[in-house]
Amino acid sequence: MDIKQVIDYLSSYRGKKLKIMEVCGTHTSSIFKNGIRDLISSDIKLISGPGCPVCVTPASFIDRCVEYARREGHTLLTFGDMMKVPGSEGSLSEAKGRGDASIEIMYSPFEALEKAEKNREKIYVIAAVGFETTVPAYGLLLKEAESRGIKNLKLVTAMKTIVPALRWICENQEDIDGFICPGHVSVITGSVIYNELAEKYGKPFVVAGFEAEHILAALYRIIRQIEEGRGRTENLYTNAVKTGGNQKALEVTEEVFETGPAMWRGLGIIEDSGLYLKERFSEYDGGSRDLYRDMELPEGCRCGDVIVGKINPDQCPMFGKGCSPLRPFGPCMVSAEGACGIWYRNVN
Amino acid sequence: MKITMAHGSGGKSSAALMKDIFGKYFKNPVLDKMEDAAVIKAEGMMACSTDSFVVTPLLFKGGDIGKLSVCGTVNDLLMMGAEPRYITCGFIMEEGLELELLEKITMSMARQAEKSGVQIIGGDTKVVEGNGGLYINTTGIGFIPEGRNVSSGNCSAGDVVILSGNLGDHHACILSHRMEIDNNIESDCASLEDIVEALFREDIKVRAMRDVTRGGLGTVINEIAESSKCMIELWEDSIPVSREVKGFSDILGLDPLYMGNEGKMIAVVPQEEAERALRAVKATEHGKNAAVIGRVDRGEGAYIKTRLGATRRFDVLYGEGLPRIC
Repeated sequence: MDIKQVIDYLSSYRGKKLKIMEVCGTHTSSIFKNGIRDLISSDIKLISGPGCPVCVTPASFIDRCVEYARREGHTLLTFGDMMKVPGSEGSLSEAKGRGDASIEIMYSPFEALEKAEKNREKIYVIAAVGFETTVPAYGLLLKEAESRGIKNLKLVTAMKTIVPALRWICENQEDIDGFICPGHVSVITGSVIYNELAEKYGKPFVVAGFEAEHILAALYRIIRQIEEGRGRTENLYTNAVKTGGNQKALEVTEEVFETGPAMWRGLGIIEDSGLYLKERFSEYDGGSRDLYRDMELPEGCRCGDVIVGKINPDQCPMFGKGCSPLRPFGPCMVSAEGACGIWYRNVN
Repeated sequence: MKITMAHGSGGKSSAALMKDIFGKYFKNPVLDKMEDAAVIKAEGMMACSTDSFVVTPLLFKGGDIGKLSVCGTVNDLLMMGAEPRYITCGFIMEEGLELELLEKITMSMARQAEKSGVQIIGGDTKVVEGNGGLYINTTGIGFIPEGRNVSSGNCSAGDVVILSGNLGDHHACILSHRMEIDNNIESDCASLEDIVEALFREDIKVRAMRDVTRGGLGTVINEIAESSKCMIELWEDSIPVSREVKGFSDILGLDPLYMGNEGKMIAVVPQEEAERALRAVKATEHGKNAAVIGRVDRGEGAYIKTRLGATRRFDVLYGEGLPRIC
């Protein structure tokens, strides 16, 4: 079957109205970039999921980072996409603008190691946010810091695992008919992690890459499964994703991190969905376990409902009216992978 | 040897800097008079543009801040149909800047000025506290020959958009340097007089020209659509991106449509002259990979027809993109 036939199938689909969730923000972005909504039947509705780590990070995390950045002798290192996420007293970008906070944008967490080694009198604090994909890198970083005796380094973590969030959605959002599983996360974890969900909820979980063809093929396979009355895991991204994942990466994660409850913006606290530094690395922990408090979102902001796919971004009363990528109120508008930001940039 | 605060004192060290570095490479009858202001003769319509350059690192594959500071301002003049003639430059140097590096950058500026046909007729230096950084401001003057009328507001239904070459090279090059990724991606940093001259030599009725710098093609196309009150449709398949930059941007989640360039431009020309214009551009040094990438129609906004035949609207770049790229 070639891509033209897949498109024909998806564009002429008529039948039960379907809701399919793309879990990962990179998929949302690719769906827009490639105009995929324009290629499929209006009976197939694509819903953006919680797979943008920046969007689900609570305000208390930002507050903790700002607090460190203001502390004498401390520098906060962060990826650029965290800069505008609102905290209860403003974003990192605003803190930097006020001039009393030391914040630097990093391109790789390993920059921190070099900086910390060069400037021993300073303490570098990394805002470490991410899913399973980024966790092993932080694990390696800490092992390296440990072996090089670097002590002036801390991590404030908001690291999460995706399966507990998907379970939450299956329990609370029964009308989602199938899932396009995140490609990057699956490279690390393997496709095996979706089996229990597929089995329990009888829904298709299809792992896909990020090209337009990958996404269209995943939609096709999900719909075929539904039509055949099946619900199982299928891996279409076999050149990158193995059933059992990347063993080395999983071992590092296991060695450095342990699970615990975590706060997801919009979803609340989910047991065992967070990853925290183990006792052995506790000296590097910048206080990550108690970041449960979430700022009350501005009146009208419905980021919580967007994150779980209850509404599309443009159904939020704030969308484009006071909330835009230049002046974001909710976190979903901030990140390049956030559903609202992607919708705003691509939908008129 | 490094720059110290004494080099900014206006006294002996400043004079030495002037003589040993700037005076050595920047030479022309106007500048050599060393007056408080350059005096030049002007006639007709003049274009004037200023730009500041803060790129880091100062040296990168395919260029440096000096070359960039000449090309950037020259290109802005060219895009108005002007023939660039003069340039002034302001250097803000942080203490600790290596003199050897400054000399290299100055030499590169002089070389590029000669290549672009502009004279450096004035300048200024200041030293500030810091860590060896360098910022350059250039202001350029050019003259617009009779009969040329180039503006972002001139486009209308039936015109086509020509892009002069591959997107994203400068952005990917700078980011590679910063991330210490070893690859062969070179900045496209260049002044584009060859392309502009070729278009006018061919007597093409050029409606609008824009250099595609920060904000990328996506931003420029939106701005033209708005200025001309028209709709522009691009064809994804036709937009040239090198294999290496495509691979690099895929991995990092960057979109070449919003990546910065320093030696690329678009020209909007009437449909019936498109073939001739493209041939002229392709025959130049900096336009070898040029392509017709879209068309202008009635309506509003910017759209792209994707590889698989879908159409979507695209907007200007939001947020910061990559800071200190130029």
